[in-house]
Amino acid sequence: MSGHSTYEPKPGFSRWLDQRLPITRLVWDSFVDYPTPRNLNYWYTFGGILSLCLGIQIVSGIVLSMHYTASAGEAFASVEHIMRDVNYGWLLRYTHANGASMFFIAVYLHMFRGLYYGSYKPPREVLWILGCVIYLLMMATAFMGYVLPWGQMSFHGAVVITNIIGAIPVVGGPILTWLQGGFAVDNATLNRFFSLHYLLPFMIAGVVVLHVWALHVVGQNNPTGIDPKSKADTLPFTPYATVKDGFAMSVFLILFAVFVFYMPNALGHADNYIEANPLVTPAHIVPEWYFLPFYAILRAVPDKVMGVVAMFGAIGVLFALPWLDTSKVRSMRYRPMAKLYFVILVVACIILGFCGAKLPDDQVIPGLETFKILESDLNSFVWLSRLATLYYFAYFLVVMPLLGLLETPLETPETIASPALSHPAAMPAGAMAAPEKKG
Amino acid sequence: MVGSPVFLAGTPSGPGSFAKGDLKVAESAVHSTTAGDDPSRRDFIHIAALAAAAGAGATIVWPLIDQMNPSADTVALASVEYDLTKIESGQQVTINWRGKPLFIRNRTQAQIDAAVRDDAAVLKDPQADALRHKEGKAQWLILVGSCTHLGCVPTVGGGEYGGWFCPCHGSTYDTSGRIRKGPAPTNLVVPDYAFLSDTKVKIG
Repeated sequence: MSGHSTYEPKPGFSRWLDQRLPITRLVWDSFVDYPTPRNLNYWYTFGGILSLCLGIQIVSGIVLSMHYTASAGEAFASVEHIMRDVNYGWLLRYTHANGASMFFIAVYLHMFRGLYYGSYKPPREVLWILGCVIYLLMMATAFMGYVLPWGQMSFHGAVVITNIIGAIPVVGGPILTWLQGGFAVDNATLNRFFSLHYLLPFMIAGVVVLHVWALHVVGQNNPTGIDPKSKADTLPFTPYATVKDGFAMSVFLILFAVFVFYMPNALGHADNYIEANPLVTPAHIVPEWYFLPFYAILRAVPDKVMGVVAMFGAIGVLFALPWLDTSKVRSMRYRPMAKLYFVILVVACIILGFCGAKLPDDQVIPGLETFKILESDLNSFVWLSRLATLYYFAYFLVVMPLLGLLETPLETPETIASPALSHPAAMPAGAMAAPEKKG
Repeated sequence: MVGSPVFLAGTPSGPGSFAKGDLKVAESAVHSTTAGDDPSRRDFIHIAALAAAAGAGATIVWPLIDQMNPSADTVALASVEYDLTKIESGQQVTINWRGKPLFIRNRTQAQIDAAVRDDAAVLKDPQADALRHKEGKAQWLILVGSCTHLGCVPTVGGGEYGGWFCPCHGSTYDTSGRIRKGPAPTNLVVPDYAFLSDTKVKIG
């Protein structure tokens, strides 16, 4: 959206429409002629992949809702009806259920990409915050969707997560009752979750529009983290970004298909094929894999209220990140120390996810007893998650503010084009710098 | 009301927003001494209109919020009666009460002794065992079976105190249902109940 439009409508209908509703011009300027940095790598394809995921979830979700019954007495059976009786119902449900997981895989890679290349730094703060809002909406949507099959994990997951609200002092109890529509998770809860599960994806779509708008105002970041300075630094969105995005989507869809067709239940939990029973909690209750790091943070803190505060704080620090990072250099490609701390952050998040799936008191290394201090065994998953939680917060609240002041970054290139064009691998003899401009 | 200082103070619009001709009409109509229309009267209309709109908005929004609160049939909670002869010593039954599990446990003498002995222990939510059952009915412990942490159903007999163990986050309760270890902040809740006879209890 920078610069003036180069769209030239053909005479006739195109021109007639352009003078009344310039929608073709908007698409042309945003997705055809739009200049993108010429050095975008495959980490930059997840934005397009995420749009595809949202589309898949909305389409498969709408058709599933034609067969699903939102009622505590019938929900579980209606999901089995979809699986056994509805034409292609198994395909639709497995696509939708695994689609949620694929959505989160893509969003986590997208977020780590942003963290690494400093995509949250000025002037992209609003763009980043809108992304955080989308992530929050995604989590709410996924949680409520998981409740709908009304299996044991659905039900007790809903009990645990809604009870988190009850941890708020004084007003928590009435809010919890209001949220559940009763004194326990029941039919009223299921019905409102279904309603909201249908609503929220469209709210996500709305925020995605704002996210893309903000992106097109400030322009895309790139692996060097420096702004494009001339036309030599950019390439038109079509065909360069569209083809690259299209190729990445195809690879992503192969992974998606492997899950849907060969291991559709690998990411789910067997207990959710048991109908909800309010009187018995499954022996080992775990959320879906994409919530495990937050679940580990919740359990790492021994106090109820503080555990909830820590869990929400883990997302809250993301919102504040643009102001916590004091570095003048955007991309960690030129920040050797930050790069190291970033890798540890990724490892800490994976460890947290791992801990979230384990029983808190189980031993990390079985049989090792030497780390017992007083009553606590440091060789337990709860202590490992405490360590990882500590690092997670330290990365955002200590490392990011201090590192910008302490580290000496490497020299950044003058322009995006200079390293890209001088790199021997990128420029075999006889190749043209901008082939689209010739012939 | 003309020139009332309270309304004048909040006057947002200057006379500049009106055409000359209008001003003269307004002046003669309200006999104002200042140049322009009567600001106090205009402000009153603004405030009244905003207040009416806010009131109307609130009355429309409230039903939309309150519809999510428990409906009349959920509030009209039935109480539950239970025949205790079905429970042998050392056993526990779990019944559904207000959509939540309810534990009725027939404690053995050893379990009661352990609970009374721990009255003196360091407790997170201190309460004597005698206050958690009806007088003279020490063997009958009736509790809401929701972990006070996040609402999972603790398993009976689990944990090192022989009371309950919550599988979700590891809260451990003793044979009096008091929290001894883990993230739960308070003891398992004792509901309102009464013995109708020696063998019959009414909960709620």
